[in-house]
Amino acid sequence: MTIQAASDALVALNGVNKHFGQLHVLKDINLQVKKGEVVVVIGPSGSGKSTLCRAINRLETIETGEISIDGKKLPEEGKELATLRADVGMVFQSFNLFAHKTILENVTLGPIKVKKQDKATAEKDAMALLERVGVGQQAQKMPAQLSGGQQQRVAIARALAMKPKVMLFDEPTSALDPEMINEVLDVMVQLAKEGMTMIVVTHEMGFARKAADRVVFMADGQIVEDAKPEEFFTNPQSNRAKDFLSKLLTH
Amino acid sequence: MNTLLNNSDLFITGFRNTIILFIVAGIGSLILGTIVAALRVSPIPAMRAAATLYINVVRNTPLTLVLFFFALGYPKLGLVEIDFMTAAAVGLTLYTATYVAEAVRSGINTVPVGQAEAARAIGLPFAQTLTLVILPQAFRAVIPPMFSVFIALLKNTTVAAGFSVPEAGSIRANLSERGEPQMAGLLWVALIFVLLVFMLSYAQRKLEKKWKVVR
Repeated sequence: MTIQAASDALVALNGVNKHFGQLHVLKDINLQVKKGEVVVVIGPSGSGKSTLCRAINRLETIETGEISIDGKKLPEEGKELATLRADVGMVFQSFNLFAHKTILENVTLGPIKVKKQDKATAEKDAMALLERVGVGQQAQKMPAQLSGGQQQRVAIARALAMKPKVMLFDEPTSALDPEMINEVLDVMVQLAKEGMTMIVVTHEMGFARKAADRVVFMADGQIVEDAKPEEFFTNPQSNRAKDFLSKLLTH
Repeated sequence: MNTLLNNSDLFITGFRNTIILFIVAGIGSLILGTIVAALRVSPIPAMRAAATLYINVVRNTPLTLVLFFFALGYPKLGLVEIDFMTAAAVGLTLYTATYVAEAVRSGINTVPVGQAEAARAIGLPFAQTLTLVILPQAFRAVIPPMFSVFIALLKNTTVAAGFSVPEAGSIRANLSERGEPQMAGLLWVALIFVLLVFMLSYAQRKLEKKWKVVR
């Protein structure tokens, strides 16, 4: 793994460790993501990849090590942390749209309350984003009235509305029916093409091949491989990765 | 019917004070109870401990004792002097707020943790995560128990009668002084309470329909 200068990296993790009780879920993680880079994190269940993703905006706390975003170290709880989180977009496996608010309100809440935009501007921007992810028609509906794929695209729009420096995707298609996975991946591929910095935890190897600049393979809380997608998929170095890929390819 | 009509002054004063106590203590306990519930889920341990202590002490004390304190104990503390009506309103608010707080807290527990994570992820601080995302959904989930608390409050206002507040619970004593049949008077009081509670139940049904959260 090449270690880049910290100033060069938009997201930098250095010597990060975390336990869940006895389980050492993140073992001495070092990872640098440059501006505009799309990094796909793959690995078997329980390998710590979701925890890694959630630690980057401190939805999970870490025990030792350092995480910094755009050169700024992640602050402790409080106002400063909230400010930093506004720069980090997050898309969850279970969408987590605000159930009591309309689609439009879901997207405008952050810009109005956190960025103090006026309502008209926020709504105009939100509509443009909703159009872009293909759910403009649904703006006045409640989240439960939309399909899973539509909800996840709204969740992406909600994160984009904050104009984040980096987007985190925590298994964004794992809760979706197969026919809805592509509509979400299409939006993500588009986003990658536009130069968004993205860290994507996923089981979608097709997306990794198509859109990733780097593939990070995790197993048992460690980063085992960090390579370009074609290198990783055609010539994995470790036995752990070979084993993982062979299981995938049989289906 | 004569008992009611001939003593309408008593009934009107009595129920007017009951309704004033109910509205003042209702709004007061809704605000205080929500704040206490928020403290109970706050990330700061000292705040959680203070809220838990308050709930456990006041909720475990009989309402009569709480009102006794304000009628008899409080004046001896030499603080701002308050009349019996205000004292009753304060006592009822402090007492009812503990029940409101527990109802709100159970509502907070029904909101999926992902809602709070999503709110924090877009940069909302704790207070706004609570007021904009969690509490609106929590309230919608606890309308039935919340209304039970308020129906209990409405009836609890009669305890204040024992402390020289001329509200609905004191109508019987006054009727007795006027030589009116007490049983008829009591039945009228009960009937009016039933009507008031019906109005609350009606409001509850309306709110439940209007505020349904679909997941």
